[in-house]
Amino acid sequence: MHILDIQNVQKSFGSNHVLKDISLTVDKGEVVSVIGPSGSGKSTFLRCATLLETMDSGTLRYMDETVAAMEGDRIVYTKDLKKVRSYFGLVFQNFNLFPHYSVWKNVTDAPLHVQKRDPKEVKETALELLDKMGLGDKADAYPCQLSGGQKQRVSIVRALAMKPEILFFDEPTSALDPELTGEVLKVIRQLAEASMTMVIVTHEMAFAHAISDRVIFMDGGVIVEQGTPQELFEGTKQERTRQFLQNYQR
Amino acid sequence: MTFSTMVGELAHAFINTFLIFGFTLIGALPFGLAVYFGKKSRFAPLRWITEVYISIMRGTPLILQIMVIYYAPPLLFHVTLPGNWRFSAVVVAFIINYAAYFAEIYRGGIESIPVGQYEAAQVLGYRKGQTFIKIILPQMVKRTLPAVTNEVITLVKDTSLASAIGTIEMFTKAKQIAVSPRSPGMLTFLVAGIFYYVFNVIVAFVMKKLEKALDYYQ
Repeated sequence: MHILDIQNVQKSFGSNHVLKDISLTVDKGEVVSVIGPSGSGKSTFLRCATLLETMDSGTLRYMDETVAAMEGDRIVYTKDLKKVRSYFGLVFQNFNLFPHYSVWKNVTDAPLHVQKRDPKEVKETALELLDKMGLGDKADAYPCQLSGGQKQRVSIVRALAMKPEILFFDEPTSALDPELTGEVLKVIRQLAEASMTMVIVTHEMAFAHAISDRVIFMDGGVIVEQGTPQELFEGTKQERTRQFLQNYQR
Repeated sequence: MTFSTMVGELAHAFINTFLIFGFTLIGALPFGLAVYFGKKSRFAPLRWITEVYISIMRGTPLILQIMVIYYAPPLLFHVTLPGNWRFSAVVVAFIINYAAYFAEIYRGGIESIPVGQYEAAQVLGYRKGQTFIKIILPQMVKRTLPAVTNEVITLVKDTSLASAIGTIEMFTKAKQIAVSPRSPGMLTFLVAGIFYYVFNVIVAFVMKKLEKALDYYQ
């Protein structure tokens, strides 16, 4: 069983063909990094997988359940999107925490009022997660009182509190000072070590190299190359990949 | 008429001023939200009606709207309206006028909320209604409070327009007193002005407290 199975995604915004036949499967415990230049379609791809964008065509399956499939030349999404959404979490570049909610309410509100889980269990889960992310003393704080790194860790906790099967990251450190990037990467590394299934869109090449099971290089709306970090970072056979990576090494 | 009788009568008439003010807020604050939803409706005719409604409410004088609401029903439908229709007509006119302004203020507030808030709510599985009530509405209230304060202060002064159809409220009363024989004359208007001013100072104070209460987040 694949956790995520997304095939042949096409997506255009007007005349801008952003995704040209992208496919990806992710299995349990896998950490997949998606790298590529700005405008290569990485984020759009992530947004299609997390139902923030509808695909023009393609198929999407979570946990072997069909979410979207083609009927003739028309794409049809399942009606029960609520269940599908419980399979994944998404960590945004800009955190998107709810500013009027305390850290505690940010983390526990959806488990309690969307998933309607047992309050005692939610409380235990939230306490444990906050503690593990070094936010044990921040439960009563409001997002505006936190540093960028703390905000991003809270948003990771918020996503994890939903107990997703897979966690997506959309450039989780791009809005952070270099100083604060480290603390967020450390947390993601912890999750990788705990075998969390993750897809990470990132510009942190060394990080992607270190924690990924598989790296995908996207450019111009297609997957140019994919493989282990060693294959991609050290022995790429693609000229385009080499060019891109060189820009980062300078 | 002594000075203190005059002040007493104005104070008594101010009860009606306050009622017009209170009923208008109770009606127009929520109705403004309904108007906003009308404007954002997927049903095009409702959208057009709302657009026209807002445009007329903002484009014509409130004093004229009060007169239309008061005089039109008896003229058009030949109905006899209850004795307190004068007061009701004023309140109705104020509500539909202020709701149009509130709707636009709400729109500004809601549209200034980053799209990421909706996206985060969607990914977490909140339904559309939950997202609006729990995530968007509280942030909209905070963002629109200064603009709403402006409207509320204007409303206090606008209640005086009720005198156009002779509704008994403080300004109507002041006009009556000023022209009556052996009254304190123009002094009456000065006192009425002080009433409005003091009430608005209180309104501003309360709104400031409200803003402070929402200061716990940015």
